[in-house]
Amino acid sequence: MIPEIGHFALIIALCLAFVQTLVPLLGAQTHTVQWMAVAKPAARGQLLFIAISYACLTYSFIIDDFSVLYVANNSNTALPLHYKVSAVWGAHEGSLLLWVLMLGIWTVAVTVFSASLPRDMVARVLGVMGFVSIGFLLFTLLTSNPFERIFPSPVEGRDLNPLLQDPGLVIHPPMLYMGYVGFSVAFAFAIAALLGGKLDSIWARWSRPWVISAWVSLTIGITLGSWWAYHELGWGGWWFWDPVENASFMPWLVGTALVHSLAVTDKRSSLKNWTVLLAILAFSLSLLGTFLVRSGVLVSVHAFATDPARGLYILIFLAVVVGGSLILYAIRAPYIKSSGQFEIFSRETALLINNVLLLVATLTILVGTLYPLFVSALNLPSLSVGKPYFDLVFSALTLPLVLVVGIGPFMRWKSTPINQVSKRLFKIAAIGLAIGLVLPVMVAGRSTILVTLGAALGAWSIASAVYYLSKNIRLTEHGTHILHRIRKIPHAIWGMSVAHLGVGVFVLGVTFVSAFEQVRELPMQVGQEAELSGYLFRFDGVRDVQGPNYFSKQASVRVFKNGEPVALLLPEKRTYLVQQNPMTEAGIDSGFLRDVYVALGEQIDDWTWGMRLYYKPFVQWIWLGAMLMAVGGVLAASDRRYRLKLKRRRKAAAQDFHEQQVTAVS
Amino acid sequence: MSSRLRLFRDVGMSKYLLPVILFFILTSFLFVGLYRDPTEVSSPLVGKPVPQFSLPRLDNSEALFSEREFLGKVSLLNVWASWCVACLEEHPVLSELANRNAIIIYGLNYKDDVTKAHQYLVEHGNPYLANAVDAFGRVGIEWGVYGVPETFVVDKKGVIRYKHIGVVTQQDVEEKLLPLIGQLQSEVL
Amino acid sequence: MRKASCLIAVFLLCFAALAQPDAVAPEHEKRYYSLLDELRCLVCQNQTIAESDADLAKDLRAEVRKMLQAGATDSEITEFMVSRYGDFVLYRPPVKPRTWLLWFGPLIFLVIALMVLSRLLRKQKKAGSTALTEDEQAKVDSILSRTEE
Repeated sequence: MIPEIGHFALIIALCLAFVQTLVPLLGAQTHTVQWMAVAKPAARGQLLFIAISYACLTYSFIIDDFSVLYVANNSNTALPLHYKVSAVWGAHEGSLLLWVLMLGIWTVAVTVFSASLPRDMVARVLGVMGFVSIGFLLFTLLTSNPFERIFPSPVEGRDLNPLLQDPGLVIHPPMLYMGYVGFSVAFAFAIAALLGGKLDSIWARWSRPWVISAWVSLTIGITLGSWWAYHELGWGGWWFWDPVENASFMPWLVGTALVHSLAVTDKRSSLKNWTVLLAILAFSLSLLGTFLVRSGVLVSVHAFATDPARGLYILIFLAVVVGGSLILYAIRAPYIKSSGQFEIFSRETALLINNVLLLVATLTILVGTLYPLFVSALNLPSLSVGKPYFDLVFSALTLPLVLVVGIGPFMRWKSTPINQVSKRLFKIAAIGLAIGLVLPVMVAGRSTILVTLGAALGAWSIASAVYYLSKNIRLTEHGTHILHRIRKIPHAIWGMSVAHLGVGVFVLGVTFVSAFEQVRELPMQVGQEAELSGYLFRFDGVRDVQGPNYFSKQASVRVFKNGEPVALLLPEKRTYLVQQNPMTEAGIDSGFLRDVYVALGEQIDDWTWGMRLYYKPFVQWIWLGAMLMAVGGVLAASDRRYRLKLKRRRKAAAQDFHEQQVTAVS
Repeated sequence: MSSRLRLFRDVGMSKYLLPVILFFILTSFLFVGLYRDPTEVSSPLVGKPVPQFSLPRLDNSEALFSEREFLGKVSLLNVWASWCVACLEEHPVLSELANRNAIIIYGLNYKDDVTKAHQYLVEHGNPYLANAVDAFGRVGIEWGVYGVPETFVVDKKGVIRYKHIGVVTQQDVEEKLLPLIGQLQSEVL
Repeated sequence: MRKASCLIAVFLLCFAALAQPDAVAPEHEKRYYSLLDELRCLVCQNQTIAESDADLAKDLRAEVRKMLQAGATDSEITEFMVSRYGDFVLYRPPVKPRTWLLWFGPLIFLVIALMVLSRLLRKQKKAGSTALTEDEQAKVDSILSRTEE
């Protein structure tokens, strides 16, 4: 009964989505206030029913209702409760439901925070989001119904994919989807503006906090995914350039470009055309990602079990949504006026260069990811594009980008006096270069030109962010208390600086771990010792460990440095009872400056096991940097400016409403 | 209306059409890709002579099976093993093909246990004229085998003309193999 | 469905954790691992032959070790793989006409983008010239208001 309620709730949600799309959009075109007013209740009702549906599926998982096919395929009575809850999004159907739920949440968030927006704008935004929702609800109901029953129902479920039974993977997909779906808000704002023909800089100000929030979610989602791969796959890697990873990285890159170009459009009301296009592209790439992951056109380690019918559906939806918006763009964009003029030496130019580099990087990844598909579509012999290619091409594009990251904050809007900026930048460059020369030698005792370059760029970006902040705090100035001055800095400046600091930290991490990491793969006997980068690993033996739904071989490896114990690592090799696949749990001792990492391999004989030892300098800096970027985003989104504007706008809207009432009466 | 169109041109609308044009080119590739199997890897051996090898025969381990067997006739080489579940699926199709005398079928028994392989042929019938035993998969590498079953079509000159990856279905036989075999048989040596 | 589950089984097998450590001569170790990282396993979904635990990956690793032992160069080893399995085994595709777009694409994109950018900046510099004349403005406005209705 419960699954049927869930299914039915989903159908009602679809009906409400239709209402939420058609009525307000028509209302906005015909200036019918009552029709526009339908948008909010419809959106809220839709979320309610999606939530009911989602709750029903979760309930079926919790009570082990294996008469539901999806539950039977992805759960098991022995599965711990928290994994039962997260198993809801463990495979295609349920993850789609999560997608729709996220979309509903974002839509309702728009209804809550849009009190001050003109009502036709709100109606159009919600209408467009409703349209996206229709697409995904129909997709779920027609091709991927998670409530489908199975008869006779199996006694036991086939268990959740063991790969997904990890805390990192519990939060990774929701954050990722939150980001993907979040770009739909910016997209809806862009389409609403194009439909309404009113594309002013106010539009950019409205979209900015939304775009930043989505971007933060996506940043966290991708970071968690990378962190999970590092812990769970046992290869010590943190990014594999797998098509599915690329599918999440492309919207992130365009989203980053969008965050920056929105600043230009908001503050200087120029580049409107470009910003609108980016808003459309960011969401389009999210949709494209969905297609790539769920259609089976590319070979990936993470892809869902696929079905061409599903692929075809998403492709058609993609063509309608993206094709439609780009056509709308082609029709309206020529009339968008960008007013703000600027000199070549200005912040606008710096941000434009940032955009160009990010876009070229995105395009490169897109072409690289889809190249095997292009080749196969043209009946040419198959080929692969993988890590060696992407590492090379992407780092080449990243270097100039990081250079601009350090320069940008010191540029002023409109035009900048060259000599003033160059003096500051010269200082920062000197610091960066000095660190670039010294740090690698301190870390590893050696360096190469590339390592020096990477370290110098990372340090340059950090130094620039710190210098910029200290200029704003006016460290050298006396008078007011320093804490007072710190508090007075707008969140936006904090946000930018912290995020740019994150970029530097990330670059340092990547540079050092790729240049100086050490690997040893060897058979180890119990009691045997092995040395790697000054660390001594002693293998003390393997014991059996019983988990709730797996049994495990747990090795005990003690790590020493200079005779002092450093860590006790317990790498495991788990075998899950139902799916019977061995899974690796790496034993990791994480530190600020290095990780030591052990993965347990196959048993060779009674006393000997295969073992993989890693020394990874600065690897945590990669995720630390990424998280700093996310923190920067949170700070930027919480800037007073948006809140003040909100209050003022609310007042204005009230007045506007009052006037309209008056005209309506007269 | 016409003034509006003219204005489009004045403002230079063409550059704004670029994104949508690129997008639809992309979409058409994705559409084609939807009906391709990305796990099927085209073989560089197609168009090349069969690799040189020499392996014991399954029916008589004293006798050798080498690439010379392929000369002078059109034949199939089917890579199989008794542990391969999918091979069982295509077995009746191959048997039917052999019964019709449509073509000579050789087998490459891949990483298998000889006893089990014999048992398999006794149990399910033997469509193969002869089998080469590739116990360690070394010759499989020479042929670029990466999954079982795989089926190669070899022409009279001993040149590989086609490679089928995965289970050969009746439909594959009718639509791909038989027409190709017919064409190859009509080729003069 | 059956095919799908079969695929999943294969895919999970690929995660069967670490491959057995291979005895490779210490002097070849570095080349060995860097070669493995560039070669794609054909059986598994998207893994190098170093990561994959599939049977074929083991065989191919053994083949690489044998060739290293026999003194083969890196390019001889990749050539050996390519002649049997095609360019598909290379994660770094060779530069040839059909990969020109892949290898030179990024540079071309960058050049085009920078050209567009510099044109835009030059246009920007001639301040005022990009703004519409009053006449044009009126025209645009009237059209915009028409489309709005």
